[in-house]
Amino acid sequence: MIYLDSAGTSQKPKRVIEAIGDFYLQYNANVFRSANTLSAEASELYISSRRRIASFIGANEDEVVFTKGTTDSLNILARTLTERCVGKGEKVVTSILEHHSNLLPWRIEVKKQGGELVVVRADKNWRVDLDKIEQELEKGAKIVAITHVSNVLGTVSDIATIAQKAHKRGALVVVDSAQGVPHLPVDVHESGADFLAFSGHKMLGPTGIGVLYGKKELLDSLTPWEFGGGMVRSVTLENETLEDPPGRFEAGTPHIAGAIGLGAAVDYLKSVGMTSVKKHEEELLRHVFDVLQTEDVEIYGPREPNALCGIVSFNLKGVHPHDVSTFLDQDGIMIRAGHHCAQPLVNSLGVSAVARASFYLYNTTEDLDALATSVNRARDVLA
Amino acid sequence: MTASDLYSERVLDHYRNPRNYGTVEGADVVSREENLSCGDEVTFYLKVDNDGRTQVRFTSKSCAICRASASMLTELANGRKLADVAALGRDDVLRMFGGSMDPVRERCALLPLAAMMSAVSKVKKNP
Repeated sequence: MIYLDSAGTSQKPKRVIEAIGDFYLQYNANVFRSANTLSAEASELYISSRRRIASFIGANEDEVVFTKGTTDSLNILARTLTERCVGKGEKVVTSILEHHSNLLPWRIEVKKQGGELVVVRADKNWRVDLDKIEQELEKGAKIVAITHVSNVLGTVSDIATIAQKAHKRGALVVVDSAQGVPHLPVDVHESGADFLAFSGHKMLGPTGIGVLYGKKELLDSLTPWEFGGGMVRSVTLENETLEDPPGRFEAGTPHIAGAIGLGAAVDYLKSVGMTSVKKHEEELLRHVFDVLQTEDVEIYGPREPNALCGIVSFNLKGVHPHDVSTFLDQDGIMIRAGHHCAQPLVNSLGVSAVARASFYLYNTTEDLDALATSVNRARDVLA
Repeated sequence: MTASDLYSERVLDHYRNPRNYGTVEGADVVSREENLSCGDEVTFYLKVDNDGRTQVRFTSKSCAICRASASMLTELANGRKLADVAALGRDDVLRMFGGSMDPVRERCALLPLAAMMSAVSKVKKNP
């Protein structure tokens, strides 16, 4: 079987699966609650995972909040930040490149505050149009919510420049890095992003765990979005004293096994090196552009491997991508077809659906040769 | 089931040469359905003749499975009494594709049935 749907979810190394199994078999206990050996060991594993994940993205450990995933992180940010900074008639800026998870939460929350969500178009290279973002910032936009890497086209946004422009005018920058952190070296402090969200399951880790990164001074100023056990130091009948971040934002028993699994995933990626991961994907992109391109295949987006992450979206002329996908499946090749939860972007390509092959560190050029062969076979039968 | 079972010669034939493709002049009702998740869309045109026989045609912008399903459905429905057409269901569609299919592609195959049934119920309401 050839797996080319890593932008959907990645496969998991044995090491990651074993780390999760080991936790349940050997250390299973709740964290930070009981003065017993098991709880101490479980807490140590949980803390250490957070530390390694933080270091992986260049953050301090108190800047990493565990969530259910990118969608959860972005919903939380949309709600709390919009309530705090967006008043009547005020704007939040996002782009047409967004996954629905970085579009819908903002639209709903901004509407509640009587504000306006502005969706800027892409430039001619299918990247966020920086000039348009700047224009909105000049008009007083409060928040820029932007994708790090397009989940349809693989194009990478210039976060540092966006952050620079936004900060000059006192706006906040929220980055959807669901396709960024798994595929690129990321240093959040260097990038200047105020908040950044990503998921464990797209980067060799388990499902159900993700991260909300926030700059320390900003996290310190946020009101928790959930309340309960684990996030308070003391509670009286009248009052409560909250934990410091990140504990303050993790009410209830956290996803301990998930955090440990993501810690192991990050160790794995670190041992390979994110620069190598990126280079490998560039090789694969160069190869796929070469072998997939025929006069019947339309490939969307720019063809610059060094400016992309490992995603190629295409259509076979006259054949619906669902049919392409089912044909490839018969040859043991797993891709995804549809609008990829980015309907406005796919529609702006002039189509209602595209076939998407997305790859990761475990894919090879042979996988992409098989893809091209199978696409040709689909053409012979269907076109 | 494998792709070659799904894309049988019969299915491919209906995809390449759809039967009853186009509109019905003076149709009693027109009914359009779309599957937003994959972009399939299909429109059914239905007319009941004076002797109570059904005439259906369709147009579509869709994948092969959706188009073949619509084409085969029109063959099942044309010339039959409205009540017989109304009695057609999911099993009749799946049978045309060999009995079963995976849940994702089943949605493609069933979209034309939804359009046709919506047309039938509109006619029933306003005979």
